[in-house]
Amino acid sequence: MNAHARAAEQLVRDDARLHWHDAAVWNVRSKRDRAARAVPDWEALRDAASRIKLHTLSRLAEYLEEFERKALALGAKVHWAADGAEHNAIVLGLLRERGVTRLVKSKSMLTEECHLNPELERAGIEVIDTDLGERIVQLAHQPPSHIVLPAVHMKREEIGELFHRTIGTPGGLSDPKQLTEAARQHLREKFMASQAGLTGVNFAVAETGGFVVCTNEGNADLGVSLPPIHIACMGLEKLIPRAADLPVFLRLLARSGTGQPITTYTSHFHGPRPGGELHIVLVDNGRSALLASETHRRALCCIRCGACMNTCPVYRRSGGHSYGTTVPGPIGSVLSPAADAARNAALPFASSLCGSCSDVCPVRIDLHSQLLAWRRELDVRGLTPAAKRRGAAVASFVLRRPWMYRLAGKMVRFFGRLLPAGLLRTLSGGWGREREVPTLPARSFREEWRGRRAL
Amino acid sequence: MRSSRETVLERLREARPPAVALPDVATSPVRFEDLPARFAQSVKDVAGSCVRVASLAEAAAAVRGLPAAASARQIVSLVPEVLPGTVTLDSVDDPHALEGVDLAVVPGEFGVAENGAVWLTDAVLKQRRAVLFVTQHLVLVVPGRELVHTLHDAYARLRLGAPGFGLFIAGPSKTADIEQALVIGAHGARSATIVLVG
Repeated sequence: MNAHARAAEQLVRDDARLHWHDAAVWNVRSKRDRAARAVPDWEALRDAASRIKLHTLSRLAEYLEEFERKALALGAKVHWAADGAEHNAIVLGLLRERGVTRLVKSKSMLTEECHLNPELERAGIEVIDTDLGERIVQLAHQPPSHIVLPAVHMKREEIGELFHRTIGTPGGLSDPKQLTEAARQHLREKFMASQAGLTGVNFAVAETGGFVVCTNEGNADLGVSLPPIHIACMGLEKLIPRAADLPVFLRLLARSGTGQPITTYTSHFHGPRPGGELHIVLVDNGRSALLASETHRRALCCIRCGACMNTCPVYRRSGGHSYGTTVPGPIGSVLSPAADAARNAALPFASSLCGSCSDVCPVRIDLHSQLLAWRRELDVRGLTPAAKRRGAAVASFVLRRPWMYRLAGKMVRFFGRLLPAGLLRTLSGGWGREREVPTLPARSFREEWRGRRAL
Repeated sequence: MRSSRETVLERLREARPPAVALPDVATSPVRFEDLPARFAQSVKDVAGSCVRVASLAEAAAAVRGLPAAASARQIVSLVPEVLPGTVTLDSVDDPHALEGVDLAVVPGEFGVAENGAVWLTDAVLKQRRAVLFVTQHLVLVVPGRELVHTLHDAYARLRLGAPGFGLFIAGPSKTADIEQALVIGAHGARSATIVLVG
């Protein structure tokens, strides 16, 4: 069993929970379908989004320089980080210089990727994730299990218990309304006490030097409109050329993510607030290496909507934590091996290659083809398990010799009909763990076909 | 030592993929027959409520009748013809002082029919945009003729690039982070009423 399958055991062994998770996530996919169908130019939007992103990637250095120039002119400060460690050092430095000990954050997958929170906490800074789902997993000392719905793996009763233990709500709460209200009160205090706010960036616009942050809760806006310091952290790939490109992505993003026509708050920041500071941290952390890969650069088009997770039969039945990476699901399984192939070698195999992810991707990333390409690459680099390689070598040997294939088929049918089903299941390895071995037919398809043609 | 800026830019130049043309994306074929009706429906779909009135006087009556207005003690109003405020933004130096605002009545620049969003900038908020997020309830007053079909049309009329803050607000603050159950009033406004005037 590979690392992903082993990690998925946690969800898989509780059958009721597994089906609950599957249905919960599929529900979001269904909402996405309804929203997408209501937009007549949906496919044209996907085409445009994909081409805008690919165009931007083809001139990324120039656009970043333009963005920096415009952002500086608006009064923002721009910082460049070659990797995660430098990103963390920049943020920590900014906070230290200003004596900040209480920071509120809105959702940023980039800061998760760079492991910013533990770094700041070690330096004595209180970091509060303010998105409700992120706050829940932060209180539970867990990573998010989904990029849009960070606590999708938790049941309401568990969240009630967690809040009782950590923020002092009465025991036994499980009503989402009451729990959300409790979190609102708890986080309002944190907002009021914070000295700086950190946000991610959904889209940065080269021609204006501004950027857009999308939330439903209003936590990003609350977090940066009270304290005077706003730090915005963005991966290099968040850039788009023109303001006129924004509607293409904004019409796709929320519909793909949650089935909403737009997020509640779509905030456009151009320069700091009067009397305030705005710091934009541009982070590479492996993105330029991905750009250099002809096969995998398309993954940089991702706008982090989560649609590929919601539709993925493997994600829905294994849970976000089974991936062991910041971004789970199909896009995570494409991005993670690029960051660390040896550590994440199991992930491209956590897919049935059904292609549903590619079908829903709003920016038309060829996700399932990329997963297949990764399998090949991992094999070439010797990073696939020995058993898999031996199996593939045997299959390749047999499949190239038709007579041997026919003979092998005959043997399987002959012995398969003699041996007891229990033994066959054992022999079929991982495949048979959750399946019944079908009754083997007496004749092969070819034999059957030849018989019919003779009629 | 070279700066990270130089290092990153050089890596990107070395990795440069083949050129891809930038598509023209200025328009969408989506057109609604009855713009105000479609806008009102979209506001409802994003959990807001939309009230259509003929005049500011009617708007005043409609807003006074809202439960959120009846119970409000601290009111910030930038449309005093509709509802007089009790807190003047000019007197607020520190945005933290806005905590406690029950209701904010703010003019919206225009609305987007396809998604129920209303565009606002902090020029009208006198740089105290925190009020939009701190307030318990929100009323946006939008001229009925200022509606566009889609976001494409919205950006066609925006002139982004000058220093400042602008945003689309679509309905009240919400979350579905606990078992996908939609809950209104996560951090920001617990209700959003869009008053479409004329």
